Amino acid sequence: MQKKMAFSLPDEVLEHVFSFIQSDKDRNAVSMVCKPWYEIERWCRRKIFIGNCYAVSPRIVIRRFPEVRSIELKGKPHFADFNLVPDGWGGYVLPWIAEMAGAYPWLEEIRLKRMVVTDECLELIAKSFKNFKVLVLFSCEGFSTDGLAAIAASCTNLRELDLRESDVDDLGGHWLSHFPETYTSLVSLNISCLGSDEVSLSALERLVGRCTNLRTLRLNRAVPLDKIANILGRAPQLVDFGTGTYGADLQLEVFSNLAGAFSSCKELRSLSGFWDVVPAYLPAIYPAFSRLTSLNLSYATIQSPDLIKLLRHCPSLQRLLVLDYIEDSGLEALASSCKDLEELRVFPSDPFGVEPNVSLTEQGLVSVCLACPKLQSVLYFCRRMSNMALVTIAQNRPNLTRFRLCIIEPRTADYLTLEPLDVGFGAIVEHCKDLRRLSLSGLLTDRVFEYIGRYAKKLEMLSVAFAGESDLGLHHVLSGCESLRKLEIRDCPFGDKALLANAAKLETMRSLWMSSCSVSFGACKLLGQKMPRLNVEVIDESGPPDSRPDSCPVDKLYIYRSVAGPRFDMPPFVCTMDEDSALPVS
Amino acid sequence: MVFEKDLNLDATELRLGLPGTSEESGKQASTTLRIGNKRALPDMNEDSSVAASKQCDQETAPPTKAQVVGWPPIRSYRKNSLQTKKTEAETSGMYVKVSMDGAPYLRKVDLKNYKGYPEVLKALEDMFKFKVGKYSEREGYNGSEFLPTYEDKDGDWMLVGDVPWEMFVNSCKRLRIMKGTEARGLGCVV
Repeated sequence: MQKKMAFSLPDEVLEHVFSFIQSDKDRNAVSMVCKPWYEIERWCRRKIFIGNCYAVSPRIVIRRFPEVRSIELKGKPHFADFNLVPDGWGGYVLPWIAEMAGAYPWLEEIRLKRMVVTDECLELIAKSFKNFKVLVLFSCEGFSTDGLAAIAASCTNLRELDLRESDVDDLGGHWLSHFPETYTSLVSLNISCLGSDEVSLSALERLVGRCTNLRTLRLNRAVPLDKIANILGRAPQLVDFGTGTYGADLQLEVFSNLAGAFSSCKELRSLSGFWDVVPAYLPAIYPAFSRLTSLNLSYATIQSPDLIKLLRHCPSLQRLLVLDYIEDSGLEALASSCKDLEELRVFPSDPFGVEPNVSLTEQGLVSVCLACPKLQSVLYFCRRMSNMALVTIAQNRPNLTRFRLCIIEPRTADYLTLEPLDVGFGAIVEHCKDLRRLSLSGLLTDRVFEYIGRYAKKLEMLSVAFAGESDLGLHHVLSGCESLRKLEIRDCPFGDKALLANAAKLETMRSLWMSSCSVSFGACKLLGQKMPRLNVEVIDESGPPDSRPDSCPVDKLYIYRSVAGPRFDMPPFVCTMDEDSALPVS
Repeated sequence: MVFEKDLNLDATELRLGLPGTSEESGKQASTTLRIGNKRALPDMNEDSSVAASKQCDQETAPPTKAQVVGWPPIRSYRKNSLQTKKTEAETSGMYVKVSMDGAPYLRKVDLKNYKGYPEVLKALEDMFKFKVGKYSEREGYNGSEFLPTYEDKDGDWMLVGDVPWEMFVNSCKRLRIMKGTEARGLGCVV
């Protein structure tokens, strides 16, 4: 019987077929079919996503995928967002840019998250990639507006410049003037994170005016309210707009200009910004509210009654970010007005106050979960919770995919029964079968982890703090959660046993973070020795860990799989547990 | 695998609570820096229990109502935007970035932590592992290729130590430790 060869189709045909396959998972599957398919696929892969920049080296990536046009890299662990990762830990993008400058002259897109980007990097990008189009720096740091000036001056094909939540050394608004007068291709600009009080408004207005394809514009706090009308007037085609300061002394003319500008933006679907809100100016936006699908009021100190009035105008809302000033009453109004709601995030207005400053409890969340059938994603900060509320939420919203609950005081019990919240979270994982992301809080024993290990089969990311009683908790999670990719733990009594028993599991995950737990230095060394494909990094700012006995717990531990071996850019307070030696590499 | 439930690991549980801090949220980032400082300046009178908790043969300090590092889990920029506009002195005197020529990373210091030049210079020396020379008004820093400089509110680069301490704290926007020949222009005698 004649065997049909998989590669009897011409390469161009296969390449054309592959071009319809976008997802990384599918692309990876295609490349595993046979050697010829591997070859064809690797030459035509255009987009790369690297969830941990230390899992692989630039050289390895470039060698396998020579024709990449778009790259996305993530650096620091998620807990860096909360200052748990010391400055200088790593996540430098320069080595990547330097290698790609030579290998990918036609690179168009760079998306970075939690990485250190210097002005030198930005200058190198500006110089090396002639067709550069998209730069997204999400929660990055290390660069200034001088670097942005270089990008503006050289990247004549730039479509997207998004600095969301980055820490930029803002030396003033002059960098905007570096966009040449002939430059018109901007589609998306997000400068909301820029901190200085100087903004070159005239440069901004001219830029906005000549970029007729501009769809997204997010301004920074420094842009005053009375300038918004002018800016919007030049960009009535905007879909996504972020204001600067939304407060000023009430002036009728300013108000009516604003109202006029907002109502002529017929395409507007998303609003954000709203620093320093003066509620009297909110009605200027009411006409635009009815079309809104996304609203970020998480910087706006608007009280509940004003929020309720506002939300009545937003029946199409799918995404709401808001401060807990909304209170239970506001969330009830949300529940009755916004039936299309898919995502809700409620942030604390006074996170460090001991007493609650607002009347926001678990009831607000329950009312939204009961009434909004499409709700999938929740981030909720509150001061009390009950198992009953969680069970109600779980039973009514089995379609939840992301559930992050932060009860502000660690180890807070069910306020009704004073029991742990194991049963409540257990119900969440049992009923919400597609849950991909979960953050726990409150008083929790090992039982909750038993439930998570048993039910949370699609869970990809789990965040745990001040929870559990013993290694059994960690063991349940590592042995039960089949889809687990990222696990981050702080202040839990988890030690060596569960970690060592489940060492192999760690190779199937992207990363594990453990801080203020009970993992001993000896166990870290053992893990590093036995698992060559894991980088086991011990972070300890109080001195080298080998100056203390092996039984001593390490301060912070970050374990991730890697084909690149230990990294060499570690600061003095990070050590890799190497396979070769009893001595750590640092 | 069977696990005993009676491992009783509470005794070795590490916590990063800092007793006695009553500062606002923005200071949280400084706690990790402080731990590094404590080693070098063991006579500082506060938070010695933080250093103690690092040694595993001592009791860990139980966290009080004081803030725990990184909890609740809120990003710094969010915390900062919740605060009302501070006074001039408060904003300019707080966190400044520190860079050193040749080092691939930036650090941050809170100038409010220090009472004078010797303290902050020592902190910088420890942070970046270098030594400044001896300072004199006439000659600047003598005897080291490293030069501590700062950018003031007017955008000028100045030598650290030239102005009175209070004036420095109120006008310093960022610090830069220059190295070698570049330092000459600011009056470094190498």
